[in-house]
Amino acid sequence: MRNPINGLNKVFDNRIRLGVMSILVVNEEVNFNDLKQMLEVTDGNLATHLVNLEENGYIRVHKGFIGKKTNTTYEVTKTGARAFSDHIAALENMIKGIK
Amino acid sequence: MNDNQPAADSLKDIQDIRRIMERSSRFISLSGLSGIAAGVCALVACWFASQQITDYYKQYDMAGHFDGPAFQRLKLNLLVLAAAVLSIALVASFYFTWRRARQKNLPVWDLTSRKLAWNMIVPLASGGLFILAMLQYNEWRFVAPGCLIFYGLALVNGSKYTLSDIRYLGYLEIILGLVCTQFTGYGLYFWAVGVGVLHVVYGVGMWWRYEREDSRE
Repeated sequence: MRNPINGLNKVFDNRIRLGVMSILVVNEEVNFNDLKQMLEVTDGNLATHLVNLEENGYIRVHKGFIGKKTNTTYEVTKTGARAFSDHIAALENMIKGIK
Repeated sequence: MNDNQPAADSLKDIQDIRRIMERSSRFISLSGLSGIAAGVCALVACWFASQQITDYYKQYDMAGHFDGPAFQRLKLNLLVLAAAVLSIALVASFYFTWRRARQKNLPVWDLTSRKLAWNMIVPLASGGLFILAMLQYNEWRFVAPGCLIFYGLALVNGSKYTLSDIRYLGYLEIILGLVCTQFTGYGLYFWAVGVGVLHVVYGVGMWWRYEREDSRE
């Protein structure tokens, strides 16, 4: 639907994926529950989008434990940070272009 | 009309990104009323402490030494007073900040408040232990300046994770603490200014700037 030459990243078409990236670029490492709380989404929904981001190589997953509970944290990769800033630049250009 | 749609979408995306970045990196529910409450508690405590110290010095003229039971009593009284005021001030500040978070529909205990707490606890706890060690060797002269300096450092450090205005309060506390090192007999007055007056002034300022609008509705 969107013009392919405007540089917008398809992966970030989704609000939740965009939100996850926004959080991860300003926080070193964030766990699943904090992401869930911050974005106000359900477990399953968030998990799907995290898998998608991981498959694209935009985030790295660390599986750990606090006591017996699993504590999975997420971190943005260099590729991810690059893709995200390119996406923001594209958004800015869209806004400038139409004005 | 439709030509503007992509731009409007882009603008909304950018605004969302900005909002989420802000919201996930800073604890923004800190209430100015918390500062006012803590400051008032501190001022009341300073008044009580100065009463106690004045009373002690009246007796000191007669006894003539610092290691008598009257001095032990004074030390105990001041420690109890300090602990009591600290608890009341903490409870009061937490209450107002909790209330503010609820008003804004945000959680009180989340990623941002945990970061803020941790980044303040490190300088505060090291300062606290350092001051206790000084007291262990009866080195009381640098207690007030030490408290102010370490508290200032904690604020400067914590300001990265909450409303950035806190940083300047931190600088003021540090400067006050350093000046206080040259006037060691007046520690209580410096404390009254640093922990009492500055908190109230800052609290009023922050309330005026961030909360006045919300409280009208």
